[in-house]
Amino acid sequence: MELAESMGRGSGTGREAALPLSTAQLGVWALLGTITMLFAGFTSAYLVRRVGGDWWPLPLPGVLWFNTGVLVLSSISLELARAAMKRLRLSALKGWLLLTTTLGLVFLGGQFVAWQELVAQGVYLPTSPHGAFFYILTGLHGLHVLGGVLALLYALNRAWAGHLTPGTANPVNLCATYWHFVGGLWLYLFVLLFT
Amino acid sequence: MAGLSGHVNFCECLQERRNMAEVQEAQHTHEPVGFVRRYIFSTDHKVIGIQYLLTAMFVAVVAGLLAMLIRLQLAWPDAKWPLLEKIFPVGMEGGVMNPDFYLALVTMHGTLMVFFVISFALVSGIGNYIIPLQIGARDMAFPFLNMLSYWVGLLATLVMFASFFVEGGAAGSGWTAYPPLSAVPEASPGSGMGQTLWLLGMALFIVSFTMGGLNYFATVVNLRTKGMSMMRLPMTIWCLFIAAILGLLAFPPLTAAAILLLFDRHGGTSFFLPAGLFFGDKLLPHAGGTPLLWQHLFWFLGHPEVYILLLPALGIAFDVLPPFIRKPIFGYRMSIYSLGAVGALSMVVWGHHMFVSGMSPYLGEFFSIGTMIITIPSAIIGLNLLASLWGAKIRFTTAMLFALAVISLFGAGGFGGIFLGTATADIFLHDTYFVVGHFHFMIAGVTLFGLFAGIYYWFPKMFGRMMNERWGKLHFWFTLIGYYIVFFGMHFQGFGGMPRRYYSFAKYEYLQGMQGMNVFISICAFFMAAAQFVFLANFFWSLWKGPKAERNPWQATTLEWMAPSPPPHGNWGDVQPVVHRWPYEYSLPGAPADFTPQTVSPAEAKVTW
Repeated sequence: MELAESMGRGSGTGREAALPLSTAQLGVWALLGTITMLFAGFTSAYLVRRVGGDWWPLPLPGVLWFNTGVLVLSSISLELARAAMKRLRLSALKGWLLLTTTLGLVFLGGQFVAWQELVAQGVYLPTSPHGAFFYILTGLHGLHVLGGVLALLYALNRAWAGHLTPGTANPVNLCATYWHFVGGLWLYLFVLLFT
Repeated sequence: MAGLSGHVNFCECLQERRNMAEVQEAQHTHEPVGFVRRYIFSTDHKVIGIQYLLTAMFVAVVAGLLAMLIRLQLAWPDAKWPLLEKIFPVGMEGGVMNPDFYLALVTMHGTLMVFFVISFALVSGIGNYIIPLQIGARDMAFPFLNMLSYWVGLLATLVMFASFFVEGGAAGSGWTAYPPLSAVPEASPGSGMGQTLWLLGMALFIVSFTMGGLNYFATVVNLRTKGMSMMRLPMTIWCLFIAAILGLLAFPPLTAAAILLLFDRHGGTSFFLPAGLFFGDKLLPHAGGTPLLWQHLFWFLGHPEVYILLLPALGIAFDVLPPFIRKPIFGYRMSIYSLGAVGALSMVVWGHHMFVSGMSPYLGEFFSIGTMIITIPSAIIGLNLLASLWGAKIRFTTAMLFALAVISLFGAGGFGGIFLGTATADIFLHDTYFVVGHFHFMIAGVTLFGLFAGIYYWFPKMFGRMMNERWGKLHFWFTLIGYYIVFFGMHFQGFGGMPRRYYSFAKYEYLQGMQGMNVFISICAFFMAAAQFVFLANFFWSLWKGPKAERNPWQATTLEWMAPSPPPHGNWGDVQPVVHRWPYEYSLPGAPADFTPQTVSPAEAKVTW
């Protein structure tokens, strides 16, 4: 709302109430919709391919449990960053944002370790269909996490410059919507790939 | 036209009055300075819209010429064309077209026309230009993203063009890119680098189109001006809005499929490739995949894509009609609900493209029934367009003629669709020229005529000049008559069992009777193509030499006509318009003129909706 108002734009208040979402937030939610459909497409491919005769399940790389924990912690620390922002405590905000970003990078590193574990076992991309899906889905999810890390760095940069004001169009809040989504997406992929 | 411009310019005086009456803080819109920021790397939705339109126009010339080469081959399969050998030394070696080149032509004609002409011009071009103007906004929600969308789209176009110049030529697996032809690089010359570039170009296109879709969605939801409720939006906006949502939901699964296909091609995986495939004398190492998976993922996009392109064309027809029939469209709300129903149903009928793929008859029945159901809201939309004409004193401008052709083609094409949507009839008609004729009526015809209607209608707004009506009508009649002969003819060839995508029919005894028809269709196609140069000449001549257009040359009611022609940066000067009524207030009893723009206050004329 406030972004729309500050730019002198109306929101069609004819006979209906305007959506309580800023334009930027609306864009983020629409983006999450398309990402959901992207992984829905992969899911249907996965379910179809899994019933093929040559399917054998991979052992679960142990480091994934650690990675999952890291990603959950990063979501919590991002929420703490938002709480700090709400109470206008700038230094705490910067600290929690930094921690979130670091945890995101640790997760990406951990996923790379999982790939190396598989390679050490002799599982390459073409070796097994399950392995191929594992590499492709974790790789694509990793790219989405990387996008989130870049967005967090942008928010961190804004926080450092002191340019953050609370509100729904605020980069920290936008990051949080996206970040919790990619976190949830990982939990979903984890369950899909190893149950 | 002389009669129209002689009228009192009703809305212009109203605009002036409101500007004086309403005191609002002045909006400072920073107009970009310098040629590059203004016309090249511009974030202004109007410039981006025109960039898309011009790009699409260029691609259309190329893709249209590809179609002419296809027709040349079909009409005279054995003839020698020494001149063409000079242009295509590999594809036309010895002056005779080789089969791989023919397949590349078919593939690239389809791909370029669907994604880089119709999507670009209709959705991205007209959409970008018209959405902020019709909802009373100053720009799109994310102008920078909008600019990025165009430049990624242009990159995608260049990648597609580049594929003609690589070893083996452009992709040859059809615009549907079915594996294994598209998945095995050795399968045919076009399956090599050409196919890789095709996938890359499509991926870039999807990125660009998704950025556009996000923009359309957020803009329509959040940037409508005061008073512009959802149920006061012009039909073009409703159609683009639904199309944007469909695009956001339907394109990602194709992206997933394209990624998997790239890994099948270059990563040694087997998602779409079954065991036991030989190419030449070599057994391929793949095993366990299924080509049907690609078909499902492809058509999950492919079918909604038809409506992503069709709906904006119908929306344009709905918006072009009222100023030339001088009365409201019939069934505004009914049409909106029908559009919503068509959009939702379009996501669950993709299987009707795959009746002969060996799917379970029960599943086929589901898709058949779904397809029959979608004809109901589609028929409502078509009949509402038709009913709008009832009792009207029609002004036959070029834009109006093209809008009428949209109704005609939507009806004729929709009728053919009933045959193809029925599994039993489709088993005979599948992959014949009946299908080619049908989709050229719908995804090509309705959209192309809708696009022309939109261009002739909004040209005065876009460039501040009028197009030449005489040349416009010449263009219309040649295009319409040519179009019906060519593609109606193909329906009959399909009934005769003529299969699509075949390079030559010389070896098929039962098709020899078709050859005369093929020659006739080709000649008509050449005439139709030539008529498009009349349009191009008119377009570019009018750009500089056309008579100056006033603010509202058609005496229309929607918001874009309240802005100057062409609108300045920021569209509305200091004050954004305020909307008081629905978009089709014509012939309102007691109103000062036979049209009452959306900005006219209730004090000046009664509000009906």
